[in-house]
Amino acid sequence: MSTATLSPRTRHRKPRKKYGADYIAPSPYTLRAALANGDIWTKLSIVVFGLGNLVHKQIVKGLLLLAGEIGFICFMIFSGAKNLSKLPGLGDQVQGQVQDADGFWHYTAGDNSVVILLYGVATIVFCIVFVLWWYMSIRSAYKAQCEAQANNGRANSFVDDIHELANQRAWVTLMFLPVLGILVFTVLPLIFMISMAFTDYDHNHLVLFDWTGFDAFKQVFSNSGSTVSARLFLSVLGWTLVWAVFATFLNFFLGMFLAMIINRKTTHGKGFWRAIFSMSIAVPQFVSLLVMSQMLQQQGAINRLLQSWGWIDSPLPFLTDATWARVTVIIVNLWIGIPYTIMQITGILQNIPAELYEAAKIDGANWWQTFIKITMPYIFFVLTPYLITTFTGNVNNFNVIYLLTQGAPTPVGDSAGKTDLLITWLYKLTVDKNDYNLGAVIGIMTFIVLAVVSLVTYRSTGSYKNEEGFQ
Amino acid sequence: MSSQVQSASAATADVESHGFMHDQRKRRIAGDIVAHVFLAILAIIWIIPIVWVFLESFNKNPAPYQNTFFPTEYTFDNFVKLFTERNVLDFPRMFLNTLIIAIFVCLISLFFVLSVAYCMSRLRFRGRKGFMNVVLILGMFPGIMSVVAIYFILKAIDLTSDGFTILALILVYSAGSGVNFYVMKGFMDTIPKSLDEAAMLDGCTRLQVFTKIILPVCRPMIVYQTITGFLTPWLDFVMAKVICRTQTNYTASLGLYQMLQKEYIQSWFARFAAGAVIISIPIAILFIVTQRFYQESMAGSVKG
Repeated sequence: MSTATLSPRTRHRKPRKKYGADYIAPSPYTLRAALANGDIWTKLSIVVFGLGNLVHKQIVKGLLLLAGEIGFICFMIFSGAKNLSKLPGLGDQVQGQVQDADGFWHYTAGDNSVVILLYGVATIVFCIVFVLWWYMSIRSAYKAQCEAQANNGRANSFVDDIHELANQRAWVTLMFLPVLGILVFTVLPLIFMISMAFTDYDHNHLVLFDWTGFDAFKQVFSNSGSTVSARLFLSVLGWTLVWAVFATFLNFFLGMFLAMIINRKTTHGKGFWRAIFSMSIAVPQFVSLLVMSQMLQQQGAINRLLQSWGWIDSPLPFLTDATWARVTVIIVNLWIGIPYTIMQITGILQNIPAELYEAAKIDGANWWQTFIKITMPYIFFVLTPYLITTFTGNVNNFNVIYLLTQGAPTPVGDSAGKTDLLITWLYKLTVDKNDYNLGAVIGIMTFIVLAVVSLVTYRSTGSYKNEEGFQ
Repeated sequence: MSSQVQSASAATADVESHGFMHDQRKRRIAGDIVAHVFLAILAIIWIIPIVWVFLESFNKNPAPYQNTFFPTEYTFDNFVKLFTERNVLDFPRMFLNTLIIAIFVCLISLFFVLSVAYCMSRLRFRGRKGFMNVVLILGMFPGIMSVVAIYFILKAIDLTSDGFTILALILVYSAGSGVNFYVMKGFMDTIPKSLDEAAMLDGCTRLQVFTKIILPVCRPMIVYQTITGFLTPWLDFVMAKVICRTQTNYTASLGLYQMLQKEYIQSWFARFAAGAVIISIPIAILFIVTQRFYQESMAGSVKG
């Protein structure tokens, strides 16, 4: 129908031959090949890293590999082994007090389970890195051997390696620091936090705690627990899903509606309206949310205004009554979210090929039919991935809830309020109440919910894409 | 100018529908009026909070509650006091902290995002697909979950003591930024590969292709990424709240949040509004300047 939209697809498919465009031939220098065909030096490299490289005059590389091994062994001797040995018990030495002859109190250092857990997890990560290092060193030794055989005893020099790092293997150079950052500040905290879910690290066990298996999960899913219970979890989960669905789809449909009104042929000052609605994007979100929460208080500006107009006698409980608060956060979220939707949909509306509308007009379609048959499918086709990411974003929407209501109103004795999402509940449990194990369990459950939702929707969009009837 | 074009097109539409012009015209005028009134009402709803906080920042009454919707007496004192009265909440110090953090974060995260995006878009190596999948899965874990864990890690390497929180925050905001490569990768995917191939025929290494070809072409996205990185410390307050334990290390957003707590709000609300305006103005200007890039990037992310 529209060649303009079809052509990039066909162009994209062309280079795909037998293996697809992304196919990379496996390296010939595998671990198995090294063990099978390696000479004595390569095989010795299993124990002494870099030996194979040193023999083939790759001095710098060999020394680096060897230094890595020695460094790791030293680390294991001086602290790694101790860290690992304490990990199963998580320490049980209570801080002691001893009074010496002069009457001074001396403190003997006790164990701190968090530190032990963190060091233990970090040591395990180091061990994994060491295994990779070992793998790399054997492959590198074997590679040096093969190169030497092919080049009359001369393997690639260090300078050659540097050149390779700037060219064929540039990704190693470029990705090293970013991946290191991700490992230390994203992956390590996640492993650390997930492992907390299997301990009894709560407000009663702040210094010393133990592995307790799935007890924390049981606590969340039983009805006897004090701070958390299955009832509370289900109600928070239910509200989280309701919130995410409403926040995502109301934003989407109302934003689309507004964008279409602005885009009407006869609407004057299109740029002006768009500018007005995008002003709320320009204000930092936490500022506008804090301002909104002030305006919506019992004594806040909105209630004052309504009272001075005589519309209401007593202040409206915007953020204090459960139902009011839930509706309020959804509406405030509309205030924040709709401008984004308008920006997106305006661009898409302008991209819809005009001939589609002309053809529909000739066929006698009215406004509603064109909307249902052309505009909606087109927008959905482009925006489905965006809708999924918005949905996940809304499940994890910490700012709107925490800055507006802090989860209030909270029933007496409950750890989660009526507007708390899983994510704000997690924050309260860990930061305010120090129930780290429960927080970790909630985090894992959030992940599972998100993974299931994304999987299901991605699968259905896959089938949606296969139809491609519209394009 | 655009309205002229529209009226011209409306005129042609009139000619086309000559047969029942009368009826349609009435309907269209009615529709126009409804649409414009509707837009006007919504526009008022949308800008009232912004106008309110702007006027509130000039309010002579520092407390949050008063009898009228808008302030009755105006003064410039709030801005002056915000920067001169430094003994209770030291806003200038917080502002400076945030500025330092923001500059470093925007440089480091720009470098990280660009290099990862270039590798993902242009280089083909084993584990590339795997890396992208791992990043997708990591993104599904709620970010708040690792906040406490990050605090413990920083504590273990002694970065939470007084002088080091700035360094700690720089690390926290920038270290993991490599995962935000998707938008940039989407943009790089649209740059024709023939450019790279020509450069490599001329003897460029992959690294040189990156610095000499891709970076200059990506300039608009670099501006966008720089600004996103620069804004992170100004907008985040969860991470800062956990890591900064003493007030001298607070960032601006944390300070503003603090001003609304029970013990401060009665005398600090007007100054909160002033601080909010001061932070919002540069961000708003940046936003207007970069709106174009923003839209481009959104389009890129949608294409995947």
